Amino acid sequence: MVSSIIQALLNGLVSGTILAVPAIGFTAIFAVLRYPNFAIGSLATIGAYAGWLANVRLGWPLEASFGLAFVGAGIATLAAEWLAVRPLEKSGALMMAICSLAVGIVLENIVRFAFGNEARGFNVPLMRDIRFGDLRMSPQQVENFAVALLLMALLWAALNLTRMGRAMRATADNPDLARLKGVQPGTVAAITVLVGGGLAGIGGMLVALDTAADPLTGFRLILSVFAAAVLGGLGSIPGAVLGALIIGMVEELTVLLLAPNYRTAIGFAVILIVLTVRPSGLFGERAG
Amino acid sequence: MLNYIIFILVVAGVYALLAQSLTLSWGLAGLVNLGLVGFFAIGAYASAMTTKWGGWPIPLGLLAATVLGLFTGFIVTISTLRLRDDYLAIVTLGFAEVVRLVASNEIWLTGGTDGIAGVPSMIPRAWGQGYHVTMLAIVSVLAIATCALVRHLAASPWGRALRAVREDQVVAAVAGKPVIRLKAQAFSIAAAIAALAGAIYGHYTSYVAPDIYQPLITIYVFLAVTAGGVGRPAGAFLGAYLLIGFLELTRFMAEIVPGVSPVQAAATREILVGLALILLLRLKPNGIMPERNQKAPPSTA
Repeated sequence: MVSSIIQALLNGLVSGTILAVPAIGFTAIFAVLRYPNFAIGSLATIGAYAGWLANVRLGWPLEASFGLAFVGAGIATLAAEWLAVRPLEKSGALMMAICSLAVGIVLENIVRFAFGNEARGFNVPLMRDIRFGDLRMSPQQVENFAVALLLMALLWAALNLTRMGRAMRATADNPDLARLKGVQPGTVAAITVLVGGGLAGIGGMLVALDTAADPLTGFRLILSVFAAAVLGGLGSIPGAVLGALIIGMVEELTVLLLAPNYRTAIGFAVILIVLTVRPSGLFGERAG
Repeated sequence: MLNYIIFILVVAGVYALLAQSLTLSWGLAGLVNLGLVGFFAIGAYASAMTTKWGGWPIPLGLLAATVLGLFTGFIVTISTLRLRDDYLAIVTLGFAEVVRLVASNEIWLTGGTDGIAGVPSMIPRAWGQGYHVTMLAIVSVLAIATCALVRHLAASPWGRALRAVREDQVVAAVAGKPVIRLKAQAFSIAAAIAALAGAIYGHYTSYVAPDIYQPLITIYVFLAVTAGGVGRPAGAFLGAYLLIGFLELTRFMAEIVPGVSPVQAAATREILVGLALILLLRLKPNGIMPERNQKAPPSTA
């Protein structure tokens, strides 16, 4: 029993770290553009397919395929932002959120039109699980974990050490003050959308590597992404990371108690509890 | 052909009911219910289970669906009404998914993914075409009555207070309006209407299953309400019929394009639905019948 709990925590650590990638994307877009982007699931799906295309059709190694997942999903997000969502800026955040949901439907079905409903597996060698005593992990899980960690380290460096990163954080903090200090709001918004969408894309590819890519790959992820972002406090990047880790572990632990199908319902339960008890989440601003 | 037309008119009537639900919550109160399909499903299951397995008469089943819709609507809003509106959007979106998850997995309660077949019909199916025509009459009358009810509510002092909340919560609160209570009431009544629509649809098609209640249905209703006129009950009513016309048109168009597989045809329809909503929000956000402002009474001072 103890070893199955430790195994669940280990699995949760890995799945939570992977979940953190799209959750950062979602919360970063919220922090700068002030609306929840409900297309995030479809964007993750686009990343999964872009990665699959690079890996299986073009025969690229996984590392390069991650690059295409990032670029593909990032460009799709930016195009959707400029063509569909941003023109509604004056109508308010809710209209932009509804529009992003419609964008999500369009993107998901473009993928379905192009690739059909079949699940698409990646070209990864089958390998024995790594064992430490009773605990086991697949080498693919270890690699995905490492990729997610590396990505977060890069993002941390970009946000803290570069001029653009500091401009992004300043805009999220106080857009008016940032503008006074000479930050270009348009550029910051565009880069946030590009990077946020790209992160969602890599998140989708990481999940698809573990299972397969299909048109609903990203959609199955959204409750967990929302839960991680709300738990951490909408708009807080460190919050999204911590939230994702907690959601990942709680999901894995509940699989020990409940039917595995209820995994995604955990996210919803966490959202309800957080909003009732502490709506600002762990690190968030006021939510009222 | 005639049967087909009657069938889609009944479906349009059900969407007209859903559109009234969204008009009340989104149009009048500004509360975005992205989980409309969840309430639709809850109503369908409540009425199907009580009438098929509990042996209840159908009017009681419809009542059970409406009451359960009212109750779950209230529960869903409790945790979010004090917060910014985008939180309600996230919660309702999750709610609809959880409803589908429970319906698929609690086999002892809902029949699981197989669903419930042979839901009792409101009038004998043996009437053949008469069955469909009578159902069309029932659904249409109900949709018109609900539209009239929502219009009445919108014009009442309660409806005016609701619109004040939608426009500016702080001002409404300063004017002494019970903001949270008004929002909870509007959202719950709207949820009850959606549940009633689900119950009727379940009895009409005699089949209830998790796969029917896709998130896309919520988008359809948003499209109907946006096309007809947000905040205008008659507009939403009209919008529902336009929506069904549009959906059937895209079905025919997808079928006549050569070399397109059924999956691609279905995907094309959904792309068109999404694009239509994006374009409407951009080009004609007030719809065909924009909301009318009520004139202020002449000043007595």
